[in-house]
Amino acid sequence: MHPALQGVITIIVGVGGCIGYFYFANLFLDKVLFPARGPNIGRNINRANMIRPWVFLFPAMFALGLYLAYPVVETIRLSLTERLPGGEYRFVGLENYQFMFAEAKFWEAMRNNLLWLIVVPAASTGFGLLAAQLTDRLRWGNIAKSIIFMPMAISLVGAAVIFKLVYEARPEDVAQIGILNHLYLLFGGSEPQQWLQIPFWNNIFLMIVLIWIQTGFAMVILSAALRGIPEETVEAAIVDGANPFQIFFKIKIPQIMGTIVVVWTTITIATLKVFDIVFAMTNGQWETQVLANYMYDKLFRANDWGVGSASAMIIMLMVLPILVWNVYNARKEMR
Amino acid sequence: MDSIAGQKPAVVWALNISVVVLVLLWIFPTLGLFVSSFRTGDQITASGWWSSMFPAEQVLQIRAADPDDNRVDIGNGRYAVEGNLFGEEGLQGTMNAWGTSSRALGAYEPGETADLGDGETMTLQADGSYVWEGNDDQISGRAQRVFVTATQPPDFTFANYNFVLFDENNSEGMARAFLNTLTVVIPATIIPILVAAFAAYALAWMDFPGRALLIAAVVALLVVPLQLALIPLLSLHNAIGIGKGYLGVWLAHTGFGLPLAIYLLRNYMVGLPRDIIENAKVDGATDFQIFTKIILPLSFPALASFAIFQFLWTWNDLLVALVFLIDASGETTVMTRQIVELLGTRGGDWEILATAAFVSIAVPLVVFFAMQRYLVRGLLAGSVK
Repeated sequence: MHPALQGVITIIVGVGGCIGYFYFANLFLDKVLFPARGPNIGRNINRANMIRPWVFLFPAMFALGLYLAYPVVETIRLSLTERLPGGEYRFVGLENYQFMFAEAKFWEAMRNNLLWLIVVPAASTGFGLLAAQLTDRLRWGNIAKSIIFMPMAISLVGAAVIFKLVYEARPEDVAQIGILNHLYLLFGGSEPQQWLQIPFWNNIFLMIVLIWIQTGFAMVILSAALRGIPEETVEAAIVDGANPFQIFFKIKIPQIMGTIVVVWTTITIATLKVFDIVFAMTNGQWETQVLANYMYDKLFRANDWGVGSASAMIIMLMVLPILVWNVYNARKEMR
Repeated sequence: MDSIAGQKPAVVWALNISVVVLVLLWIFPTLGLFVSSFRTGDQITASGWWSSMFPAEQVLQIRAADPDDNRVDIGNGRYAVEGNLFGEEGLQGTMNAWGTSSRALGAYEPGETADLGDGETMTLQADGSYVWEGNDDQISGRAQRVFVTATQPPDFTFANYNFVLFDENNSEGMARAFLNTLTVVIPATIIPILVAAFAAYALAWMDFPGRALLIAAVVALLVVPLQLALIPLLSLHNAIGIGKGYLGVWLAHTGFGLPLAIYLLRNYMVGLPRDIIENAKVDGATDFQIFTKIILPLSFPALASFAIFQFLWTWNDLLVALVFLIDASGETTVMTRQIVELLGTRGGDWEILATAAFVSIAVPLVVFFAMQRYLVRGLLAGSVK
């Protein structure tokens, strides 16, 4: 069967199934299980209303449980076992973790991931704030914002190709086609550089790709926050003779600090999971390994589920503080 | 407020210039790829894409017509070959100079006659017509080389797109991958919306024990890295017989998209006016009717926001497709995967790479610019709260 046809059928079955489920489950609840008639009418209506939320919630809860909650538990289990030939598992305690901690490539991935975690959220938020503030009062500010926001729509793989061209190096005696080397030679560089093969600095060149993508996100949110600042506070500062820098750093920034934190943590999470960029551009060579790619290597190239799951747990542990913080904030807000 | 930056022209100029610089920095990388996708491989390697936008001086190496077939006896033991160097299409642009040796590329003006020694001569006009004269020995064997220095206007072609999308002999084409991506994306966008909408309504407007806990769980699941789900779910899919394929990838995308969908929709639905819902209840509407007749239509902006997110995310995804969809046969490859393959096998062929990348980027870009308003609204609802 042609996949496109299969897709159409899936849409019909999926959508029809969803609607059918909700419709008939409701019907069943109201007419068959607890009919709103007969001697127990009052009790029946109450019971139906107690059950209905769970009817509405069931498909989502089932999918969430199966696709996100169960894997967390299963990954913990896998990270503590070794897969034996023939589909058996053997409990090995922390051996997978010990093996992983003894591997140089893992520590390289850890170091790089920490570097990513420091640089990317800081740079994206910084550039985003700068762009938001600068475009705020411009007549063509919205066009500028659209352009800076645009990379959000571009896939990480597409961005990887885009920046491979930027970083492209050609031999010294022919024309450079990568703009970075072109500018480098123009401003006095001695010879074209293979930017992605210079250890340590190549990490920065990979990070630039993600910063380029995430800045638009930061800008959009911070721009909305800047507009939400009460005008009186700024006007009062002007009357008191504050200069633009003082207004920005002492009046505006403190008022949008909450939003900055949200933006920062959101980008941090995106950064933690960074995979496509490294996978497509260097595949972890030249000391650019990151955790997500290390995990992919272990799971699907080395076929080592134990160590792969252990490295996935490391990513989970790094997300955990943000997870707790988010839940804490959400609960505070609901009260 | 405007007085901060509004009064001094110097400040306004500095502001404008710095935004221009920022915008250029952000658009240059994409522009480079876009321009490159319209150039031939030779053009890409000959000069940087930034110089292709302007007329450029180029040296073309052309040979005169084969003397053994084309020479004419003009008496006195002399022979001549006449013709036009540029053939029937003519030269794109204008000829500045020409020469007959690689050591003196621009030795002659158009219209001049070059002395090639021992009475052999060559005359070349600006339109490319030439006369090459000499004795029997000279006008034979290999034809005379001519180096033409010409200023050529920008030259772009659609050939790359033709090759990448429509060439049936191209085994690395994007046409199949494009359809596959589309097949993945549409169900993976529509199904989670429906499932999430019901759940969001229950979490927003129905009272039941454990509601707060469930909302907290959704917030927690928002940030769970999907990396954790790869192996457990792949084993599960294998165990229940789905294996690798479209069904698996649709389910996976649905599962991974749900937390954001529920979160966004709940936040939006909670903000809808309570009166409408209570009035409907008083009038005897059931929860199901309230949901389908009131909440769903009113929530359209939030539904659109999430649809765009999910569309962009599934269209651009690589990891989930790699793990849940693409099997050893490679029949079900998606565009992101195809591009990564091309990066490996055709790393230097920028015309192919650039075009393939742009084919995959184009659709999300169109969606982005058409629906930007909803995207921004969704972002604000999803993270500022």
